[in-house]
Amino acid sequence: MADLSFVRKEIIPQRAAPLSQTGIIGWFRKNMFSDIPNTILTIIVGYFIISILGNILPWVFSPTWNSVSLTECRGILAELGRSGHGGGGACWGVIRERWLQLLFGFYPSELYWRPILAFVLLGLALAPVLFDKASRKLIYLTAIYPFLCFWLIWGGSIWFPVTVFSGFIVAYLGYVYVNKAFGSLAGVIASIALPVLWWLFITSPLSISLHSIMPIGSEAIESDRLGGFMLAVLIGVTGIALSLPIGILLALGRQSNLPILKAVCVCFIEFIRGVPLITLLFVASTLLNIFLPPGSNFDLILRVMIMVTLFASAYMAEVVRGGLAALPKGQYEAADSLGLDYWKAQRLIIMPQALKISIPGIVSTFIGLFKDTTLVSIIGLLDPLGLSTNIRADMAWNGILWELYGFVGLIFFIFCFSMSRYSMYLERKLATGH
Amino acid sequence: MTAIPDPSKQGFKFSQLLYDTRYRSMTIQIVSLIAILLFFGWLISNTAANLATLGKPIQFKFLGEPSNYDINQRLLDYTSRDTHLRAGLMGLINTLVLALMGCVTATILGVAIGVLRLSKNWLVARVMTLYIELFRNIPVLLWIIIVFSIMIETMPRPNQFRSGEAAMKLFDSVAITNRGVYIPEPLFNGGLGDIFLLGESSLRFGLSLDLIAILIVLFVGLFISKKIKTNADFIQNETGVRPTTWWKRLSIVILPIVITLWALGFHLGYPELKGFNFKGGIYLRNSLIALWIALSLYTAAFIAENVRSGIQAVAKGQSEAAYALGISPGRTMSLIILPQALRIIIPPVISQFLNLTKNSSLAIAVGYMDLTGTLMGITLNQTGRELETVLMGMAIYLIISLAISTVMNWYNNSVKLVER
Repeated sequence: MADLSFVRKEIIPQRAAPLSQTGIIGWFRKNMFSDIPNTILTIIVGYFIISILGNILPWVFSPTWNSVSLTECRGILAELGRSGHGGGGACWGVIRERWLQLLFGFYPSELYWRPILAFVLLGLALAPVLFDKASRKLIYLTAIYPFLCFWLIWGGSIWFPVTVFSGFIVAYLGYVYVNKAFGSLAGVIASIALPVLWWLFITSPLSISLHSIMPIGSEAIESDRLGGFMLAVLIGVTGIALSLPIGILLALGRQSNLPILKAVCVCFIEFIRGVPLITLLFVASTLLNIFLPPGSNFDLILRVMIMVTLFASAYMAEVVRGGLAALPKGQYEAADSLGLDYWKAQRLIIMPQALKISIPGIVSTFIGLFKDTTLVSIIGLLDPLGLSTNIRADMAWNGILWELYGFVGLIFFIFCFSMSRYSMYLERKLATGH
Repeated sequence: MTAIPDPSKQGFKFSQLLYDTRYRSMTIQIVSLIAILLFFGWLISNTAANLATLGKPIQFKFLGEPSNYDINQRLLDYTSRDTHLRAGLMGLINTLVLALMGCVTATILGVAIGVLRLSKNWLVARVMTLYIELFRNIPVLLWIIIVFSIMIETMPRPNQFRSGEAAMKLFDSVAITNRGVYIPEPLFNGGLGDIFLLGESSLRFGLSLDLIAILIVLFVGLFISKKIKTNADFIQNETGVRPTTWWKRLSIVILPIVITLWALGFHLGYPELKGFNFKGGIYLRNSLIALWIALSLYTAAFIAENVRSGIQAVAKGQSEAAYALGISPGRTMSLIILPQALRIIIPPVISQFLNLTKNSSLAIAVGYMDLTGTLMGITLNQTGRELETVLMGMAIYLIISLAISTVMNWYNNSVKLVER
């Protein structure tokens, strides 16, 4: 009798997975139509996307780039037989005609090279802070950049920013020499007191006399001609650059064991965080002149910058405090047991770790600060939103809305989104875990 | 600090104030205290000098003067003959109403979006990510203005309802126009009326007794329902079998309210088109609606991120452990996951509520009369009292914020994990 039992002698070649499980179809089945509720959800969301895009896309693609007024736009669209809300299409002529104004405000157009140069230099000055690969020599540019930027944008005599900057040199020299002669504590006191005296009593007469001897300068620009995204970036960058150090100091003050210092920091932080930014801007626009010595009247943009910086520092302080609190106690004890004094421990052990933990919070505070610069339009500064009202007041563009808001929104989105992506890059770069 | 020397025996020397760590912190604090006091003294003396020059000494008499301006959206009675104080009160109430409405909708939207962002459905998760990035990266002021423009530009005018170009929604009960939204108002036939408190003063207000009656019935119902639950828990602990309670608990809350409403003669007053505009019903102005929608959508994006990170922070082992114990998925969610996720989610969400309340001050951009618009807006301009109005406004916002923070701290302490 023949042996009927069957034993396979060779291995069957592996077959490809069924078509419904691989490729595009498999991916769709797995990710969008895995079961009935999922399918329903997909269909609902897909319907929404299609209906929204179906309304917006025809509006966006509209051949009105070269038009010079809203009436002309409507005419072009009517000839194409398009109708609907807003004439059935966007009127991009307004952006072509006014984009420079949205970027620079009423800055004289023949001097646009100055803010452009300032922003190019800003990129160079930020490079050594943001990226490892940038040349270390650029850090000198970073140091003088604030003064250079001030001079480029506002213009006027070069001696004023130079004399203000030399205050820092005075501080350094004072520290070095007094330190040698009278000891470290006297050096620290000198490095604080000398520049203050310099700024209070020497800066303005010196800059005036230097200017009369050697009049180097450029055309001065009035503050009310600044506007647009240039203003938003100016306020934002100033706030960002100053709020981080002030915020760190406030956070340290709040964590310190000196009760008076702690109370002062807590009061400041809680007060600033408890009121809306708009009320602080009201203070800047109406009250700050009352608080300052009679007769002193300084620029509204500068006052706004001060208030925005104070506002952001309080938030920054809370973010940094979170980072300090998240640090294990052993780190502090280890620093103490190594014999490091307070500032050395903070600089070498605590802050590098605490700041690393708080990067997401710090960056989202930056983003919030940059978005909040739009609030200055309420107190009458011409930021992008204020300018869009201004453009609508023009007869040719009376009634134009979505194009301007879309453009302003898009630029804000690009700025803020790239900041948040940078923070993710930074987190990955600094990650030391496994 | 390797070796702390013994306290010197020669007694106190002046230089110890600077070089002895025991005294140095005291010196630093006293010096900084003096500096701060000097700074404030400088500010106050400047202020006094400036105010004397302007001829405006600080006084709050203007609060009792007639305001001479109208407030178009308000909860209490108010006319332009009322005082600035009452105008400010209207503004404060408007701020609180807006904040409350915004917080409720932002929470609902935010939780839904945060959960959907974690969905396994690729399309849904991507759309929610897009929503969150879009709203978090564009200024809230721009969103408010955009929504306000949409209200004004694309919604039908009231007279389009007459010509039939537009129609009322929801069985002819809600009218959405470019001036605002009209919704039905609750009316009571055999109502108990209102009581008016504080007489004729600027802070007078009326309370609807009908509303109070309904609230009392509601709370009694909730209390009894809670008792039923406690009783069911007790029976479950004793016998291991949980009695069915849901219909008892539901009816004990709902039935008495229905009976009360019927007894009070409850009916809805619908808005009607009369002349050029709608009459009757509750009128929510376009500025209120725009702020409400924009603030809700904006804050919802932030809340969604908090919800997502809270859910992701609960370790996977927790749900696996619950399944291993044989607990059903629904109860795993309500008994294991949510209590742990909520502990992480709620503090940042409350700080989002705080942000929403503060952002409601942007109402001034669309003309909604909140605290910024009345006290720090028109009252400031009419009386010229910058110092008093701005400081009062800041103080009120500060009080609101501190109240919300107190609630947050109380909650944080009550759910804090007690370790060792």
